[in-house]
Amino acid sequence: MSTKTENINTGAVLNNIRFPSNDVMLDLNNLKKVYPTPKGDYVVLEDLNLQIRKEEFVTIIGHSGCGKTTMLSMIAGLNPISGGNISVLGKHIKGPGPDRGVIFQSPSLMPWMTSLQNVMLGVNQVFPDATKTQRNDIAKYYLQKVGMEDAFNKRASELSQGMQQRVGIARAFAIKPKVLLLDEPFGMLDSLTRGELQDILIEIWNKEKITAVMITHDVDEAIFLADRVVMMTSGPKAKIGDILNIDFKRPRTRKSVLEHNDYYAYRKHLIDFLEH
Amino acid sequence: MKQSLTLGKVANFIGLGFLGSLKDLFTGNLNKEEFKSFLRKTLVPLLSILLFIGLWHLGAKSLYNIEANFKIEKALNDQGPEAAEALKACIEAGTSSCQPNTLPSPSQVWDSYKSLLRDHNIIAADKASFIEKTAALNEKRLAAGKDAITYTGRPSFVDQIFRSLKTVFAGFLLALFIAVPLGIFIGLSPTLKSSFNWFIQIFKPVSPVVWYLLVFMIVKTLLIDSNEDSSFTISFISVGFCSMWATLVNTAMGVSSVDKDYINVAKVLKLGNFQKIFKVVLPSSLPLIFTGLKITLSVAWMVLIAIELLAQSPGLGLFVWEEFQNGANDSNAKIIVAMFVIGIIGFLLDRLMLTIQNWVSFDKTDAI
Repeated sequence: MSTKTENINTGAVLNNIRFPSNDVMLDLNNLKKVYPTPKGDYVVLEDLNLQIRKEEFVTIIGHSGCGKTTMLSMIAGLNPISGGNISVLGKHIKGPGPDRGVIFQSPSLMPWMTSLQNVMLGVNQVFPDATKTQRNDIAKYYLQKVGMEDAFNKRASELSQGMQQRVGIARAFAIKPKVLLLDEPFGMLDSLTRGELQDILIEIWNKEKITAVMITHDVDEAIFLADRVVMMTSGPKAKIGDILNIDFKRPRTRKSVLEHNDYYAYRKHLIDFLEH
Repeated sequence: MKQSLTLGKVANFIGLGFLGSLKDLFTGNLNKEEFKSFLRKTLVPLLSILLFIGLWHLGAKSLYNIEANFKIEKALNDQGPEAAEALKACIEAGTSSCQPNTLPSPSQVWDSYKSLLRDHNIIAADKASFIEKTAALNEKRLAAGKDAITYTGRPSFVDQIFRSLKTVFAGFLLALFIAVPLGIFIGLSPTLKSSFNWFIQIFKPVSPVVWYLLVFMIVKTLLIDSNEDSSFTISFISVGFCSMWATLVNTAMGVSSVDKDYINVAKVLKLGNFQKIFKVVLPSSLPLIFTGLKITLSVAWMVLIAIELLAQSPGLGLFVWEEFQNGANDSNAKIIVAMFVIGIIGFLLDRLMLTIQNWVSFDKTDAI
């Protein structure tokens, strides 16, 4: 146990570690976000530096309102950057684009479309040169992967929250993004459904290995899914507080993770950070 | 059985669900709960209709008596007792020339309704025989390059109903084709919104009469060379302009308040403007657009009467006005018949819109 604690403490040093540039997928550089208010500027994020490697799964935890979602929507390009920059594969991002797929907190499916049409909306956009059949096959493949093969033609408004989020996952993977951004995608689900969807997500991710950044409030979820857990300090002027490497082998099962010797040390580290 | 099941479904869908339970009552398959709901849904409305007719009858009777007594007293004061006696006898005999002119009773209205239908049948037969008689002649005239002779007789009540419906639908379509696209543009662009806002705020509350006059001024000049009767054009354009505001405002609101998540999805997928409007914005604002269209149709039907009256365009409005000016013995009863016809058609139009809305809208939770 004691050796493990030492090992974890070195995590704090990882904060400023720079990776070789050809290994970096996503690079946040001195990122800053300011909201002007009548009482003066409110600084949400400041001097935020974070590098995320190719084929890495990173989860982000921090207190509510610390700016996690702001950061994620800035990466998605949906929220303007006040200072610093964000680059994907060395190129600065300008606005949103399908190279960064997003799974939103609410499933955000178009309720008037069927599950297939919802996935096709993205596929049509990203693969304009493919034939209709090919695009259909792509959409159906991912819907099958998330266990929705019986509901291709069901309208999104007829599906349960959990089912809708499955389609949301299929939609995000089907456009083959370089980076996948997940904003507390399972936050609104009951714990049983949440577990199911975590399994589905990690199974499909193991195949595709798309660099993923996921916000979560759930410490166990953060550990189960991630290669690294990024802890953000409380706002205002939030930044990266600490980073924890999760050294479990992949593919992981929930059982093997829970039974792993380091699991509780990781968990304690995260909870200590959140409670300090 | 299958047939009646689907009929019941249709009845439910268009909001006439009580017809279904009426059928169940006659076939005798109702349990206690269903019987209760049958009472509430069918019997209570029927009773209230009967009560309404009863009160109307009593009210009409007492108004009749007030008017009759006043007439007799006036005759007594002005012309002496013999004249008063004669008038009283005349009123009691039911002679039409001396009947008091007041709110007609339900039975009078029903009689007028039947007489209007008879009148329609006569006119329809007349028209048919006219067409038959002139068919051969018209063929020759057309062959000779002349205009055909058309029937120019007086329109019947039913003809006027259809004419009114035509005016309303023309006006409604005009409103639809102006207000929906304009509403979409205004909803999408804050610049357009602020440039159009004063316009909407000022013109929305303008009364139908003024709209009619405005349209009259413009259309009269535009059609200055034409000998055609412009009353239809003027009235449908006025109806359109009067009624389009609800659709315009609702469409703009629906389009500008599309769920931010959907817009974000469109942004992430980099949908083009065309795709964004037709795949995301329009479907999601459809419920609000339809609410606007429903209001537009009912406003169109409501202002139609006033506008037809002003424009002298044949239709129910003109019918009401002419009967009022006419002052014949059964004129008041005919006006009440027109009132019910207007009300019932208005109700049916509303149901029609609701049915279309339920059919096209994704949000099936809206209660009928």
